[in-house]
Amino acid sequence: MRAYWELAVSGYRRYATYRGATLAGAFTNSVFGLMRGYVLLAIVAGRPRVGGYDAADTLTYVWLVQGLLMVAYLWGWNDLALRIISGDVVVDLGRPVDLQGAWLAADLGRAAYHTIFRGLPPVMLAELLFRLDLPTDPLLWLAFAVSVALAAVVSFSARFLVNLCAFWLLDYRGILSMSSLIGTFLSGSVVPLPFLPGGVRAVVEVLPFSAMLQLPIDVLLGKHRGLDLAGALLFQLTWALALLGLGRLVLAAGVRRLVVQGG
Amino acid sequence: MADPLAALETYAHLAAASIRSRAQYRLSFALDFVGTFVSALTDFVAILVLFSHLPVLGGWTLPEVSLLYGVAGISFALTDMLVGHLDGFGELIRTGTFDVLLVRPHGSLFQVVASELAIRRLGKLSQAAAVLLYAVANAPVAWSAPKVALLLLTLGTGTAIYAGIWVAGAAIAFWTTEIREVANAFTYGGSYLASYPINLFGVWLRRFLAFVVPAAFVAYYPCVVILGKPDPVAGLPWLGLLAPVVALATLAAGRLVWQLGVRHYRSTGS
Repeated sequence: MRAYWELAVSGYRRYATYRGATLAGAFTNSVFGLMRGYVLLAIVAGRPRVGGYDAADTLTYVWLVQGLLMVAYLWGWNDLALRIISGDVVVDLGRPVDLQGAWLAADLGRAAYHTIFRGLPPVMLAELLFRLDLPTDPLLWLAFAVSVALAAVVSFSARFLVNLCAFWLLDYRGILSMSSLIGTFLSGSVVPLPFLPGGVRAVVEVLPFSAMLQLPIDVLLGKHRGLDLAGALLFQLTWALALLGLGRLVLAAGVRRLVVQGG
Repeated sequence: MADPLAALETYAHLAAASIRSRAQYRLSFALDFVGTFVSALTDFVAILVLFSHLPVLGGWTLPEVSLLYGVAGISFALTDMLVGHLDGFGELIRTGTFDVLLVRPHGSLFQVVASELAIRRLGKLSQAAAVLLYAVANAPVAWSAPKVALLLLTLGTGTAIYAGIWVAGAAIAFWTTEIREVANAFTYGGSYLASYPINLFGVWLRRFLAFVVPAAFVAYYPCVVILGKPDPVAGLPWLGLLAPVVALATLAAGRLVWQLGVRHYRSTGS
């Protein structure tokens, strides 16, 4: 267990080293928050609710998306694929820690860093500028924290799975970019999923992508209460376990056909 | 780079080489194409979702916003193809390989730009072109030769404006490679913003974007002219005719920042 903790700490430190990059990223998130806020507010302006969202919900949603984007980390994670392509994954497989567990630990360390340093600045800025309608109920914040942690696990397990395609495809980049694009929309980062037409929304909301972003945001907005809240968290947990399990199966299949050159 | 013809020839050689190298990986190219197409599509689907809830957005109908989106999208895709790889330019600075460029008989900016022609962005380009065709067919415009000419010119000026912004953003790497992502707020941010009627945005945000980072001249102001719409932002509906001037100024500004950067460059090491 100790090893995994150390891996998580190193995952945290790896990103904490680049303070300038964090600041630049938070700035970019804030600019996008401003622009997207204005566009989406044009939709709810002058109407009571769209998909259960009023203007205050919509504004909070926009800024929480910007804050949680780096937790969901939909773009550009190809660390595992690179090690598969280069053959270095053999070294990783020989280590006395579980391969998936080790990557998960490091990624959760990263997610913790990004929650604090990429999540708080845009949300705090928006709170200053617009007075967001954030809840005061500590239990809701606790549920939100659990939901964000689960979102990070779902996100990791999906990325882990997609990276494994490098066992079969020499040039994996197309698959990676495509999956992150689809994830970007289906996670609810472009428009709130409740804004989608009923039938589409029903399908999109059972896919794992909604568990990465839309769901934790809806938890904090208080859209899930009581038993419904437990169900929402259970939904995330189910996808996390399912994707982690699938990842193990695919990893095993990939390792079976793995041939590494060299003396 | 005294002889522009020779430069163009060099560029054509390098671009052809870049295309050949990408064409070696067909499946990957196909996936990239589909990927950029789908990515662009999600942006447009977002607009469709908005319009499923209301008939006009900031006084603009769906075909009108599609015109903005098509113009902004094509300009951005062309810029991305031509100079998008500047995003990775910081690596040349970090590793010190930029030195090599300084001793070759072409300008450093020219060499970095000519090092790749990203044809995988054709996916984005074709998606935006499809939206533009839809807009041209459905927007309430009596198309005449001058209007078509203005539309085509706007694609060129839009590309030039984005390119100027992109070069200036990439040149930040001469001073620091760490805060490079700030440039994304202006390049990708500018692309997002240009696809919407800018009167949606708050006063100081749209002033900043219209006159400091001139993203409003990519699509909004020229489209106001083409559509014959009033301009609630500055009250100057003819402002779009200045797009070529703005484009040249933005390119010049990008080049200036780059030159300042080169002067500041001290290579890596002790």
